[in-house]
Amino acid sequence: MTLFKEVHEPAAAEVPTNRVSITVNGVRRAADIEPRLLLAHLLRQGLGLTGTHTGCDTTNCGACTVLFDGRPVKSCTMLAVQADGHEVTTVEGLAGPSELHPIQEGFKDEHGLQCGFCTPGMMLTAKALLEENPDPTEDEVRWALSGNLCRCTGYQNIVKSVLWAAKKMRGES
Amino acid sequence: MTQAKDEIKIGGLGASRKRVEDNRFVRGKGRYVDDIVLPGMLHMEILRSPVAHARIVSIDVSKAWDIPGVRLVLTGEMMAARNLAWMPTLSYDTQAVLATDKVRFQGQEVACVVADDPYIAKDACEAIVVEYEQLPVIVNPTQALAEGAPVIRDDKENQPDNVVFTWEVGDRQGTDDAFAKADVVSKLDLHYPRSHPSPLECCGSIADFDRATSKLTVYMTTQAPHIIRAAVALVAELPEHLIRIVSPDIGGGFGNKVPVYPGYVMSILASILLERPVKWIEDKTGNLISTGFGRDIYLRGEMALRSDGKILGVRMFTESDHGAFFSDAQPSKFKIGLMHSAFACYDIPAAHLTARGVYTNKAPGGVAYRCSFRVTEAMYFQERMVQAAADDLGMDQAEFRRRNFVRDDDFPHRTPFGFLTDSGQYGKCLDVGLSAIGYEDFLKEKEEARKRGRLLGIGISVMTEPLGAGNSREYDILGIKMFDSAELRVHMTGKAILRTGAKTQGQGHETTWAQIVAHELGLPAEDVTVEEGDTDTAPFGMGTYASRSTPVAGAAVAMVARKVRAKARKLAAHLLEVSEEDIEWELGRFYVRSAPDHGVTIQECAAAAYSNMPDGMEPGLENVAYYDPPNLTWPFGCYIATVEVDPQTGVWDVLRMVAVDDCGVRINPMIVEGQIMGGLTEAYAMASNQFITFDAQGNCIGSNYMDYMLPTAWETPGYELHEVVTPSPHHPIGAKGVGECATVGGPAAFVNAVLDAIKDTGVRNIDMPLLPDRVFEALTLRHDVSGAPPVRTDDDD
Repeated sequence: MTLFKEVHEPAAAEVPTNRVSITVNGVRRAADIEPRLLLAHLLRQGLGLTGTHTGCDTTNCGACTVLFDGRPVKSCTMLAVQADGHEVTTVEGLAGPSELHPIQEGFKDEHGLQCGFCTPGMMLTAKALLEENPDPTEDEVRWALSGNLCRCTGYQNIVKSVLWAAKKMRGES
Repeated sequence: MTQAKDEIKIGGLGASRKRVEDNRFVRGKGRYVDDIVLPGMLHMEILRSPVAHARIVSIDVSKAWDIPGVRLVLTGEMMAARNLAWMPTLSYDTQAVLATDKVRFQGQEVACVVADDPYIAKDACEAIVVEYEQLPVIVNPTQALAEGAPVIRDDKENQPDNVVFTWEVGDRQGTDDAFAKADVVSKLDLHYPRSHPSPLECCGSIADFDRATSKLTVYMTTQAPHIIRAAVALVAELPEHLIRIVSPDIGGGFGNKVPVYPGYVMSILASILLERPVKWIEDKTGNLISTGFGRDIYLRGEMALRSDGKILGVRMFTESDHGAFFSDAQPSKFKIGLMHSAFACYDIPAAHLTARGVYTNKAPGGVAYRCSFRVTEAMYFQERMVQAAADDLGMDQAEFRRRNFVRDDDFPHRTPFGFLTDSGQYGKCLDVGLSAIGYEDFLKEKEEARKRGRLLGIGISVMTEPLGAGNSREYDILGIKMFDSAELRVHMTGKAILRTGAKTQGQGHETTWAQIVAHELGLPAEDVTVEEGDTDTAPFGMGTYASRSTPVAGAAVAMVARKVRAKARKLAAHLLEVSEEDIEWELGRFYVRSAPDHGVTIQECAAAAYSNMPDGMEPGLENVAYYDPPNLTWPFGCYIATVEVDPQTGVWDVLRMVAVDDCGVRINPMIVEGQIMGGLTEAYAMASNQFITFDAQGNCIGSNYMDYMLPTAWETPGYELHEVVTPSPHHPIGAKGVGECATVGGPAAFVNAVLDAIKDTGVRNIDMPLLPDRVFEALTLRHDVSGAPPVRTDDDD
């Protein structure tokens, strides 16, 4: 319910829409959307979750990576309608109410970011890795992150950040 | 010593302080231009030319207008009616905003649409029908200079050919004499390929013109907001005080976000016409095929040598490909940037450089891609030439360099092309690198491996480079002198806000500038807010590129803090009831010389500035400093790579990469190391697989991330970092630029290493990137491999 919702007359051209219901960061969100709307744009423009960045439009850079039912996907080349009935986690869903996720702490502590544009996607990819493999080697981290590009850091500190987080999540620090 | 320890505690000079900007970035709460939403905002898309050179026969936009939600369609003709079809570039040329007569490169802006959402705008662009009559295409200098070549810039008067400029520097006669005396002349001929800085975030802007106040606010991806304000004032003829440029968080720049792009101009015009905010966010292909690229230069040269290994002279000839419009972002006086900084770390009696720039049917630019204006190209040629010369003389490559270095006690030193360097310890830097890599042991290992058919190689690159333009005597952009600025306000509780004319894009200014204030004033760094990028609040500055922030803006930060401290001293004298001359300073505190326990903190002085100033003193504790550096800073470095080449495939792997950097005093070692590792990765990228080329039709090969290969975490090697510290003699805190050193010095180390591994083939050069097929060709056919465009594509068959 809103106090006021403007109605356009005459109505704009009829655009077919679909109703989707997606659990985003633990909260169920429903929207009527054009079938061609990309998931990244639903998150950014529709839900105002601008931590999901769009870098390349071709599934290469990974800045738009979100977790889709726990698996990392690139939301710039996924239709929002495909997410209907599924769970999506964005960077905004990483931190708890009062404290950062260990991966976020790790990126801060090990200087794993510079401009910050790739960081949300990197951290979500790392989260999926560490849930599957809590004690990865450096090579395993590098391989897991190879779908996410960074132009600033040269990756070395990103790898250290993920290993730092892994250690913390295993309760070793 | 106590001062140093205390200083680390408050996050001062030398502290690896964690970055304050990370608090928002790791939460996804950065504010990049595309994250900004203004009420009533519309969206703009650009229609680009699919062909590289053509006359525009007709543009039919009627179908675009028919699409519901379309608010504006702009073509070159409409821009021309407002005298905005062309704009000046940063290099005294002109560039089309929207094409009127011809398109001159693939990806050139032909029309734009403003609509309710970006999807509608894109639909409408596709509904625009453009008829082209194709013209012959030029993709390299040889074609551009050929007899009868079509003149690309027939829009310009007095432009009979495709030559942008010719420029020379050095001592021609002295160089001729040196070659006449030479025992050996060594030659090298190579192409440094076109590359794109390609920050992950593309360019974009939101123009918001408010008719009621006549104020134009533009949020945009710019590394130099004040230059943009000046440019908008001049081009759009708007009063400068009614223009506000805001550069929010930037997702990487690397030089790509220095120039003025047509998209910015169109979004501004659209907002003025529609009186609504208009957002333009470029897509990746648009970014890669139309915005400022780097390099694309042919470097030829020769070196006159005495048989004992002394370099007598150097001759260089460069031909640079500037695309369709000369829009390099670089100091006005130097047509080929600071190319003539080549060989600065070597003691060479005579040198001469001739540079020629040409127009081609390629995207305009020649930006300083993570380097100080063509310095990357200069140092790449230098270290490849030095390597070739050592090989020709049959001398050890390290020894040959050492023999020709400028000696530590030989400063100030006039470089072969006339720069004045002020400090350096090149021999020590090389020795640190050689010892780290285990030079002698590696040479033995390489020899052993060779007997078993394995190809190992080692490549060295040593350089010093000029960072931190200007001084204002020699450095300006469009006549605006290259100084920078800082403004510091200390509040009554001893907290402060600092603003500078620079603009961080990941370099961490919000963290490091506060550390300089902490060093100078003793305020804890966490008590200092740093703000940049808003021309309504920041003092005028030339922005962040060419590693100039620390040398220039960083110096301004130190100077403004000193001005503030000078006033605080007067307040302290008043509080301590002694004369100023009787007061001493230690970090964060003034005290009476004769009674060291009797003192006041800087915070107490700040409070007094607002509550207890002496009679006649102006209240407040703030100041502004404009800093015009006396010289460039001259950081130097040594980069050593070891590689193994697979003789069956031409694939090469980096075994180790050692980097020794001397950037003077390090403000934040953690951030400095981050910058170096980032720079090394760009160096590796260019050496291994990152380039943009063109086919004979002028199609850009490398127009998206599936074709433009950027290294991932998987390919990127690990790095071993070392340091030498030679403080800059003139910088207030002894710091020098660093962000780009590894990008500048790194490529030659990788390439020298691969060529060393295949030395038995007699191959002198493989053009970067050293793709496996190029290395394989060199290995099997034993000839040099050129990478110059055009490349053959399937279409040619």
